[in-house]
Amino acid sequence: MTARGAVVHWARDAADANRVIVDVARTHAVDEVVKVKSMVTQEIDLNGALADAGIAAWETDLAELIVQLGDDLPSHILVPAIHRNRAEIREIFLRRMHEVGRPAPTELTDEPVVLAAAAREHLREKFLRARMAVSGANFAVADTGTLVVVESEGNGRMCLTLPEVLVSVVGIEKVVPTFAELDSLLRLLPRSSTGERMNPYTSMWTGVTPGDGPQEVHVVLLDNGRTRALADEVGRQALRCIRCSACLNVCPVYERVGGHAYGSVYPGPIGAILNPLLKGTGDPQTDSLPYASSLCGACFEVCPVRIDIPEVLVHLRTQVVDARRDDSVPKPEAVAMRAAGYAFGNARRLRWAERVSGLAGRALTRFGRSRLPGGRAAAGRLPGPGAAWTGARDLPAPPRESFRAWWRRTKGGRVDE
Amino acid sequence: MRVALMATCVNDAMFPETPKAVLRLLRRLGIDVDFPEAQTCCGQPMVNTGYLDEAVPAVRTYVDAFAGYDAIVTPSGSCAGSARHQHTLVARRSGDPALERAVEQTSPRTYELSEFLVDVVGVADVGAYFPHRVTYHPTCHSLRMLGVGDRPYQLLRAVRGLTLVDLPAASECCGFGGTFAMKNADTSVAMGADKARHVRDTSAEVLVAGDNSCLMHIGGLLSRERSGVRVMHLAEILAQTEDEPAVRI
Repeated sequence: MTARGAVVHWARDAADANRVIVDVARTHAVDEVVKVKSMVTQEIDLNGALADAGIAAWETDLAELIVQLGDDLPSHILVPAIHRNRAEIREIFLRRMHEVGRPAPTELTDEPVVLAAAAREHLREKFLRARMAVSGANFAVADTGTLVVVESEGNGRMCLTLPEVLVSVVGIEKVVPTFAELDSLLRLLPRSSTGERMNPYTSMWTGVTPGDGPQEVHVVLLDNGRTRALADEVGRQALRCIRCSACLNVCPVYERVGGHAYGSVYPGPIGAILNPLLKGTGDPQTDSLPYASSLCGACFEVCPVRIDIPEVLVHLRTQVVDARRDDSVPKPEAVAMRAAGYAFGNARRLRWAERVSGLAGRALTRFGRSRLPGGRAAAGRLPGPGAAWTGARDLPAPPRESFRAWWRRTKGGRVDE
Repeated sequence: MRVALMATCVNDAMFPETPKAVLRLLRRLGIDVDFPEAQTCCGQPMVNTGYLDEAVPAVRTYVDAFAGYDAIVTPSGSCAGSARHQHTLVARRSGDPALERAVEQTSPRTYELSEFLVDVVGVADVGAYFPHRVTYHPTCHSLRMLGVGDRPYQLLRAVRGLTLVDLPAASECCGFGGTFAMKNADTSVAMGADKARHVRDTSAEVLVAGDNSCLMHIGGLLSRERSGVRVMHLAEILAQTEDEPAVRI
């Protein structure tokens, strides 16, 4: 990269990276930058850092523009504004566009083509005016020093070619050795993310080309927890992620809770492992993420780079639990698990526990008014911790006799009952 | 061949009719099956919640109870998956090489019921009779962790009198997920409610699956909704014959 005229910076964390970018902006005395859609600049909250320095950052991806104007957060890796409908988008454009640039036309309807045209007019003004752009990179090719951005609208290419100065923030996991590896990845990515056989706009740039495109190019190689993730022998496979979002699209949990619930720019199954891997345990929100899964495995099934997300989820749950092993007051869950571990330690203890549950079952069978189809007695709504189950689900009453008690009594069903 | 039944802790304590049905079924097929009384649990509840140390006693008990059997058969895709894919993890964590070696013996010999019938016994038609309209939910761990494929369908299609109807969005998780059902109860219920709706759409009398835990969750919702749909384990359907209809509906 250096040989091809780019300036390379190393950034240990978000603050490092943001400082480099703000410095470049200040050197060129710009008060605005245009941005290519990028997860990594969201990860480091570049827009916030630039705003603090008095520099406006304009998102140019249509969905990111909607999110930015709506003073909102992305809810999907690939489709950041998927939680918004077109009526809301119309309202956001009418309310906000005039405050930050070219106003939306007053006759704006909520037809997609009309909304897209309004965004196009609004953004064109910014593309033509901005002297500096910021991008991420989907891939970086080591042997040529080439960076690659994959997008659908062409707005990224405008940012990569029109301004004089370009800063590209690149996660250090994005590097592939040669163009040969890029080949398969560029086939996998569109197929897994949008179902397209080929990506619409693939831009590649290598340092500075005199007389063509940005004449000053900076590359910020970002760690921000990636070496921490790499040090985790099970978790490091998450660094293979190419941000295709296939796992989000099949995840039944993501489908129901939406992207905002993950509290991070990386939502869904990959976010549930990537965030704890990058940040480590200790924060309640991050610690909750490995549990935001039923471990159904749909994510692993569709992952084109074979990240065993369920395996990593369980591994990270273990880390969350281990980090709290020395708590002076253990969580009720930890107490319950210790008790279960003890009961399952030998069959005699388990038999005893089952006798207690059989007694509870007897009481329920006697007093419970609820019956499951087929006639079995059931608990309706229970108080206390039982409410988590019975708020919406009937619970079958435990049988009077466990299987092992029956086996003993009837010698495996060989004597009459 | 020495065959052991792993009842699973959930079936043992909550659904004893299922391991009983496995016994009836296998004996009918001429297989003498033993229930080693020393068994307890596969350890999955602890492993999947992150309590690996707490799972060590269960795994130790498992390998001790089932040592020396040629096949361990269980009416649970989830517990078979745990034995096959998680026991090594727990054994490694225990730092006991003897336990690791013992796991190497028991893990690959553990079979989910439909795998055991189709692959080991080599039958799809077990001579069952169940004259009802039935739909099948392939539980996630059977489907993805074990890859049981169409084996349960092969078995069900061979049941006389049974009408098998496709379940819409069958491969989507029901939302049980072990402790997930309690820790994220609202999301779990939202997933299960959709599953229950798909079940009702089939107009089936019975929802069948290879895991009673998932059925307890979906069945609990179907019951609360007063749907009238009954849930049954695959083993209980396969165990019934014209001469011995164990359960009346």
